[in-house]
Amino acid sequence: MSAAKVKKKLSLLKEKLTSIVGEKNVDDSSSGRLVYSYDATPNYQAMPDFVVSPGNAEEVASVLKLCSETETPVYSRGSGTNLCADTCPVNGGIVLLLKRLDQILELDKENLTITVQPGVITKEISEMVEEEGLFYPPDPSSMKISTIGGNLSENSGGLRGLKYGVTRDYVMALQIALPNGELIRTGGKLTKDVAGYDLTRLFVGSEGTLGVITEATLKLIPKPESQKTILALYQDIEAAGRSVSTIIAHKMIPVTLEFLDQDTIKAVEDFTHIGLPTDVKAILLIVQDGPREIVERDIHSIAEICRSEDAVDVRLAASDEEAEKLATARRSALSALARLKPTTILEDATVPRSEIATMVRAISEIAEKYNVRISTFGHAGDGNLHPTCLTDARDQDEMRRVEEAFAEIFEKAIELGGTLTGEHGVGMTKAPYLEWKLGAAGIDVMRGIKQAVDPKGIMNQGKVFAEKTKERAVAAK
Amino acid sequence: MTATEKKKIQHDFKEKMDYDELLNCMRCGFCLPSCPTYIETGHQEKYSPRGRIALMKGITDGIVEPDDDIAHSLDLCLGCRACEPVCPSGVQYGHLLEDARSILQEHKKESVPVKMLRKGIFNELFPHQNRLETATSLLGIYQRSGLPKVARKIGFMNLFPESMATMEKVLPEVPKRKEIRQRPRFFEHENEKKATVALFAGCLMDTMFFSTNNATIRLLQKAGCDVVIPENQLCCGALHGHSGELGKAKEMAKENIDAFEAADADYIITNAGGCGAFLIEYDHILADEPEWVERAKKFVSKLKDISAILVALDFQNRHRLKLPDQIVTYQDSCHLRNVMHTFSEPRLLLQSIEGVTYEEMEGADTCCGSAGDYNIVQPKMAMQILDHKMEKVEKTQAKTVVTANPGCLLEMKAGIERVGKTGEMRAVHIADLLLEALE
Repeated sequence: MSAAKVKKKLSLLKEKLTSIVGEKNVDDSSSGRLVYSYDATPNYQAMPDFVVSPGNAEEVASVLKLCSETETPVYSRGSGTNLCADTCPVNGGIVLLLKRLDQILELDKENLTITVQPGVITKEISEMVEEEGLFYPPDPSSMKISTIGGNLSENSGGLRGLKYGVTRDYVMALQIALPNGELIRTGGKLTKDVAGYDLTRLFVGSEGTLGVITEATLKLIPKPESQKTILALYQDIEAAGRSVSTIIAHKMIPVTLEFLDQDTIKAVEDFTHIGLPTDVKAILLIVQDGPREIVERDIHSIAEICRSEDAVDVRLAASDEEAEKLATARRSALSALARLKPTTILEDATVPRSEIATMVRAISEIAEKYNVRISTFGHAGDGNLHPTCLTDARDQDEMRRVEEAFAEIFEKAIELGGTLTGEHGVGMTKAPYLEWKLGAAGIDVMRGIKQAVDPKGIMNQGKVFAEKTKERAVAAK
Repeated sequence: MTATEKKKIQHDFKEKMDYDELLNCMRCGFCLPSCPTYIETGHQEKYSPRGRIALMKGITDGIVEPDDDIAHSLDLCLGCRACEPVCPSGVQYGHLLEDARSILQEHKKESVPVKMLRKGIFNELFPHQNRLETATSLLGIYQRSGLPKVARKIGFMNLFPESMATMEKVLPEVPKRKEIRQRPRFFEHENEKKATVALFAGCLMDTMFFSTNNATIRLLQKAGCDVVIPENQLCCGALHGHSGELGKAKEMAKENIDAFEAADADYIITNAGGCGAFLIEYDHILADEPEWVERAKKFVSKLKDISAILVALDFQNRHRLKLPDQIVTYQDSCHLRNVMHTFSEPRLLLQSIEGVTYEEMEGADTCCGSAGDYNIVQPKMAMQILDHKMEKVEKTQAKTVVTANPGCLLEMKAGIERVGKTGEMRAVHIADLLLEALE
């Protein structure tokens, strides 16, 4: 298309967008476009043509319909905290901001549900329900910033995933705007509902590639009566890994079982100054919740196990306040690691928890092999590790080695029966590897669904489906 | 802006911005919930720290041209630096902002009157304490003349923005110039001697808030300090630094370091959070001048806020502090909290006063909207922030709102005036309140 034609097309599009959402909700200034050109994923940036902020579900649907008609790419966005470049508008088009849909619509204490719009900050939901003695367990580290819509689209996890699962496990009903401009509702406030395909689950974690969630009804559970936190310290990383497997093998499921290596401990301590011991090689942060007596018993047994697996020390958090400080400190791990080098690339490799020790060892061997610096922390209890590479995007040779190292890490994770991503989503960063996990036939099923729901392919272009699958270094077994 | 101007700005961004620091922002967004303008603008990324850093980097990378929108985004930043303590990556946002503002200011095409006014204020007024005394003494003459009443009556102040009109009402009474001039330069300790301190008297603090400085001196004496007020000291330069006049700020920093070296005190004491935060970064602003950087570091190492020194000298346990029964709350000075990291000490001091029921205000750690000259240059946003702040103040049911910085003090006074509570509620500097409690 010639420049003049593009200009004309854009000005026509602007006019139509304005007629749907109003003038002040369409931004095409260069500063407005720039600040929505990125998310929290390093090295991905692209300018959209427009930033559009609809005020209700109907406007969202109308914008999608218009985009389908004009074949304009749409990238829906919450707070942009995701780590797989899912909200980066790689092909231009529209960034669809959902910040104006920020209402908590209903707290239903009889059915134990809460109904929210996508732009609500996750922490607000947590705080509100906990005041009522209820509990919304998913707690991604970014929950103070991230929106529930983003959590739903990415199927976010968090520190409590081991016992309580991920976002998907708490979604009962959705309202979704489809690319054809229809609004549909899936599910309901029902514990039992087997009518038809499970569209709710299909849209949760679909990473904005199928439609836009405009409302969600979430399941709540009673708030656990009490909780206790311990720190187990290790001079041997593998001993920490073994402790995780042994705890689970003893039929105990803590709410949180987090692993931090020495680099991570140091970076976090440097930020928080809460007195983490920086002279140990690894820490397990373990939390149990539930009825008081059971928590006491579990924490006692877990501490025993850690000691028998060569923990050099096991410490009990003195108060709830201290426990909260520890959890908050852990949530800052990724950003704190960013202190060490200009570029921080975090991955999300996940293995069955029995393989944690093997995976941790493999990661350090791979880092050594490619001569790159990788720190590891993560949700050890659910096998979800975050090997994090500290590098400098300006060093092209190192970046190549980083990519190779991560390819090998993914390969190892899959070989151990694991997956590419436990909670962050596929987005752009893992799209080239997705076929390794799903197989060609699996990808074909996904393509078929995508084609049926979004025939024009406008939704979150460039994500999940890779143009080219990365070649495996070692042929699949 | 013309194309050539934009090119020049872009060039300067490439040359002068600290690119490593820009890269240090990993865009996690942990800063967003702490940013007052992000919240007040309905979560607009453009008015968040992450967004502003992206804009600065965008100019540096050549992805966007500097334009009025970007300048506005930077202008709307309060500079409260609440984003810094919550940044796990440790990004020095305040320094980036200062540098970017300085570049934009250098290239700003301003009308002749505005240029003259800026030049007058920044070069001719604030760096000369005697001129500032003259200027404020004129305010004093005005205040004592009975004119304010007339002015208000005839609605003269209505010609000014609402925020200015409110401000005019709440300005403290300026002492006579003679009184300022005749104050001694040395005060001897009372009780057991603990330290020799040099008071950073400040520019406005030593004119408009002269009595607060005197209260500070009294407290220091009672705490066992010999107090010196070094001659030749100047305004700290914060106003310049934050408004893009970094060059001038550097000159002033050097003169101050000179002045305080001569005093050779154990501590250098400030009682204004805004000044303290600028003084404590003298080593940063002089970092590229090798012959100054060590001297600046020494200066910085001695700096302490009045609350911090009092607590360090155990003042609250060695003196009986008492006030009539009342609820008291505290509004943090952003700079005192986020840059000097002094926030527990003022609370501890207030809680140790008999008769005081201390009520922590929700969001006491967020900006009140004053932010240097912000309430004058961005009155609309400043008032929006202040009105939300006052909702929180009123919730505490406090009779006394304590602050630790002249700007915050005036802002809280203006806030009280705006909600119509003058008479039943008051705002006061912590030094004044402590002295009151002591007597």
